[in-house]
Amino acid sequence: MKSRHLLTRRKVLLAGLAAVGGLLLPGCTKKLPPTYGNILRMGDVLTYGAQRVLLPGQSLAKEYSSRDITSFPAVGTVNPGDPDHPRCSETYRRLQERAFADWHLSVEGLVARPGFYSLADLKRFPARTQITRHTCEEGWSAIAEWTGVPLGQVLQTAGILPEARFVSVYSYDDLADSIDMLDAFHPQTLLAYGMNGHDLSVPHGAPVRLRIETQLGYKSVKYLARIVVTNEFDDGGEKGNIQNGWSWYAGI
Amino acid sequence: MAGHPPIPTDSPGHSSWVRIAHWIVSLSFLTLVFSGYVILMCHPRLYWGEVGNDLTPALVELPISRNHRHGGWERHGAFSQDAPAVVSASRTYEIFNENSWGRSLHFLAAWFLVLPGAIYLLVGLCTGHFWRHLWPRVGQLTPGQIWRDLVDHLRLRIRPATGGPQYGLLQKCAYCAVVFLALPLAVLTGLAMSPAITAGYPLLGSLFGGYQSARTIHFVVAVVLVLFLIVHVAMVVRSGFKRQMRAMTLGRKA
Repeated sequence: MKSRHLLTRRKVLLAGLAAVGGLLLPGCTKKLPPTYGNILRMGDVLTYGAQRVLLPGQSLAKEYSSRDITSFPAVGTVNPGDPDHPRCSETYRRLQERAFADWHLSVEGLVARPGFYSLADLKRFPARTQITRHTCEEGWSAIAEWTGVPLGQVLQTAGILPEARFVSVYSYDDLADSIDMLDAFHPQTLLAYGMNGHDLSVPHGAPVRLRIETQLGYKSVKYLARIVVTNEFDDGGEKGNIQNGWSWYAGI
Repeated sequence: MAGHPPIPTDSPGHSSWVRIAHWIVSLSFLTLVFSGYVILMCHPRLYWGEVGNDLTPALVELPISRNHRHGGWERHGAFSQDAPAVVSASRTYEIFNENSWGRSLHFLAAWFLVLPGAIYLLVGLCTGHFWRHLWPRVGQLTPGQIWRDLVDHLRLRIRPATGGPQYGLLQKCAYCAVVFLALPLAVLTGLAMSPAITAGYPLLGSLFGGYQSARTIHFVVAVVLVLFLIVHVAMVVRSGFKRQMRAMTLGRKA
């Protein structure tokens, strides 16, 4: 009987330690993108940290007039519903056939009210329209007008919890990416459903894409499917930027 | 070597901080040129203003990768009937793109230019090194003196190395142009291409006439700096390679 008591006490102690550890660990780890010991990733983290410390927070990127709108190449995935596409999505093709009437954006993770938002739900939020420059890592740039709902408004409506640190996005072309809270609540960070006065076209990310105007183009993920609010850094595995050799932070 | 002042034998060699800064910046610069070339290969078209892409006319098209031929685009048509020239299109071919490591290497190397470079500028200013050794004297800058130094260089009559910062007139002008003009301009045009930095400091974005102008100036400055490097190495060889290398690594006393 005595030994069983000891064992129970030890179990309680271990469980308690694990619980305390579990509470402490998220407070001090995984708040920066991992480097995996790669010197290039260390440089990326240095740039990210330096910009977050030195730059004034949430300054607006330059906005242009409608006369400045230019031609705009569609690169990367241009149609995830295309069966010839290596990351073809059967679900996306069905959504596309019904003109995205069944499309929903799932908002989950560290929010008080997780749920699904249809295109009509997103359009009921006060819209923001901005004419901004898209800067591609390849070296080209283009100016377009984007209409959408600021991501921060959707997160606030979903009841984002105070421990939230990152917003991960998942797309129908099988990409996973994330941004920190400064960029998630940046007034120009949109869930964009309109481009140049029309519904967002398939090559440019229909029905809804992210717009992050303070980072390079590849952070503005197209074909959004899911948003997950987390308190730890998630590199997205092999669907994310880092494991594919790219910098997670692209404010350069 | 007639006409040159005699080499002072008791003149100082290069300070240790100059030698350390010289080699850190040299390695950083070579890495920046290499990675910059890789980045340029991805989109070897240069423009002026804020915008430039494969669907807009280029200022210059450099034949340095298969991407320079901007054909192979499937047009989707215009965004609206009011502006038929504003179109979209997608690629029909796989481009050369090594920017994943290319960009990260470029920015990592840039830290080794910016931080040691800033310390170098600060120490050079505070110790009077720039004033004593780099800045040309007003009295020296006469047309006759410049002409004589130019003719000497063109005839490859290069003074033997002193192993220290006792520089000729054109040499001073070249070093000043690199230290106070070209390298800072390369850094500033680099920063002017950052979406986050130009959001914080909009003046930087418009200073060079837009994102693509900054990119074009960045490239031109890089070319000028590579030309400087070629001439610099040629002069080092011409003025006594071993002595010069020893003076810039171990110091003159060694």
